[in-house]
Amino acid sequence: MSLLDRELAGVVMTPDNIRTKKLSLVANLGVAVAAFVIAAAVVLGFGIGNWVLIVVLGWVFYLVGLLYAAGRVEGRRAARNRAWKSLIYSACILAILPLASVVWTLVSKGVGRLDGDFFGTSMNNIGARDQNGGAYHAIIGTLEQVGIAALIAVPLGVLGAIYLVEYGRGKFAGTVRFFVDVMTGIPSIVAGLFVLSFWVLIVSPWFNDGNPRFSGFAASLALSVLMLPTIVRSTEEMLRLVPGPLREGAYALGVPQWKTILKIVVPTALPGIVTGVMLAIARAAGETAPVLLVAGGAAAINFDPFNGNQSSLALFVYQQAGDASKYAPARAWTAALTLVAIVLVLTIAAKMLARRNSLTR
Amino acid sequence: MGDYPSSSTNATAGGSGVTGRHARSAGTGVSPSSYEPPIGGGDGLPKKARFSMESGFRGLSTAAGAMVLVIIVAIAIFLISKAVPALRADTVNFLSYKQWFPNDADPKFGIAALAFGTVLSSVIALIVAVPIALGIALFLSHYAPKRLANPLGFVIDLLAAVPSVVFGLWGRDVFLEPVRDFSVWLNHYFSWLPIFGGDGPFGRSILLGSLVLAIMVLPIVTSLSREVFQQTPGMNEEAALALGATKWEMIRTAVLPYGKPGVIAAVMLGLGRALGETIALALTLGTVFSISFNVIENGGNSIAANIANTFGEANATGRGALIASGLVLFAITLVVNMAARAIIYRRREFRDSAA
Repeated sequence: MSLLDRELAGVVMTPDNIRTKKLSLVANLGVAVAAFVIAAAVVLGFGIGNWVLIVVLGWVFYLVGLLYAAGRVEGRRAARNRAWKSLIYSACILAILPLASVVWTLVSKGVGRLDGDFFGTSMNNIGARDQNGGAYHAIIGTLEQVGIAALIAVPLGVLGAIYLVEYGRGKFAGTVRFFVDVMTGIPSIVAGLFVLSFWVLIVSPWFNDGNPRFSGFAASLALSVLMLPTIVRSTEEMLRLVPGPLREGAYALGVPQWKTILKIVVPTALPGIVTGVMLAIARAAGETAPVLLVAGGAAAINFDPFNGNQSSLALFVYQQAGDASKYAPARAWTAALTLVAIVLVLTIAAKMLARRNSLTR
Repeated sequence: MGDYPSSSTNATAGGSGVTGRHARSAGTGVSPSSYEPPIGGGDGLPKKARFSMESGFRGLSTAAGAMVLVIIVAIAIFLISKAVPALRADTVNFLSYKQWFPNDADPKFGIAALAFGTVLSSVIALIVAVPIALGIALFLSHYAPKRLANPLGFVIDLLAAVPSVVFGLWGRDVFLEPVRDFSVWLNHYFSWLPIFGGDGPFGRSILLGSLVLAIMVLPIVTSLSREVFQQTPGMNEEAALALGATKWEMIRTAVLPYGKPGVIAAVMLGLGRALGETIALALTLGTVFSISFNVIENGGNSIAANIANTFGEANATGRGALIASGLVLFAITLVVNMAARAIIYRRREFRDSAA
């Protein structure tokens, strides 16, 4: 942080406290109370809204009042400083409200169906009036699809990053790097459409008597397209952090470059690489659109990712959300809670691992 | 490596994946007949093998790197190859027609309303999200005490990982009610503005979709811009403060100009996310095919949401039509992302950035 913070901890030497005149806390609170009273009077007096409008209007009045009061006491610049500070603090509060609501709803609605039935059964033969039914098939689908996607994307991504860091020089490497970054932003639905037009409609008929076939493997392909750039980027960053003298030491001992990379560079960067991979897996596990397009979705348990439709947790949430049954929303929320739990556990574990990583920027 | 003259003993290992270029360069190096040892005892070094693990591994990793380019090109090729037959079958102008009937005997479908809805919802989402996200980013980097800023930043990062289907479900089941009330209130007092006009019903509107999108984009833009703001050189901040600037003036003159390219890139990345968002919009928009600036009436649609909603009942032409719309989306997001990356790269010339 700034020099002042280091030298004089706790003493903030801004013009605010060098200047003798300062808007007192009492005056500040007074402005706030007055603003909200006026807002309440206006809103209730004209009957134009409820408490939300009072809060919003009161906040606007408070800002204006603060600008005026602080401007009279402290001067224009300090008043502006105060107003912006209030704006920034209220932006924070404003954003936390919906995000907290998402978390609260997720937990409160999600625990409703958190029972053995939910994790032990599928949606096979579950009608609109059946209260039970579960996401076992969807959990199986998510695990298999994400697992296969990781098997495809991780070697490819790590090797690609090795190319970019260790071998890649010149224009071609620059192009690859640029398009890795661009690929990070490809919408998941486009990846789904790509696998639909490439694998499901063109390749899969070869294995299935000329009929296109949905499968969990197709979903894995789409997910690996989404995971690849993330893995390349994070691995590349990690490999760049490996100190050069480590490599030079290996070369000096006569170790060839490929062996140096595999035995020295990659193991050194391994914790960071694993972190990146876990973040990519977490992101892939939450993707709905590609699974919807190429795995088809299924109500029954299907362990075979290469044959027949499969579901996934994210798709299960989407399908139950669109279901007319009155028991469907409960299932959707519990599945959403399960999905978020999986994703967050992966993400938190990845961040913990990153914290223990000895290679730091 | 093997002895100098008989380098072919270990030549078989790792033969796969060797590109022609490498084989050639290894082969034309020095031929044994015309070989003259250079001054300095160079003949003690082993000769480069024709096929070694080294060139094999190099070829393998180069191929993996090239895979990214292959995938990008393949996406374009396969989408185009499936989209063209459907576009041929289209009996109306794809770019200007608003409705979506690709499954009829004479298919009629056009991207106009969908592209409009995609751009409108994303832009509104960004207009809402970006100021708030910048506020939080500044709060985390310059206002909050460290003990609060670190955990809060961690939570924001976690929220960026929450799947979009969860936000969509929340938007539909929880957020719909307040937005509907708000829409009715807006319509009651501001119906003289075209964007708040209409006779209802309200609720499942562009407004709801955009707000849900804004909440989803918020963590992404926040965490990227926070990183940029934190990298502002302390010297610049101290210089501003030493000249007597207030904290806000310091931020305005030192932090914001320094972080501007990074913030622009973060916004563009957020825009890319919002444009491609599927499920959250499929669950919250009213799916009406029209071009209207009215943001509170039931309606609105987007390319991605339309794909998710109508994919189930699509026939061959319908699938092709959806793929064609996906191609348009791909092109839009590609342009946005390339612009964002170009901005980041230009900035990297001055200093390394984490964004």
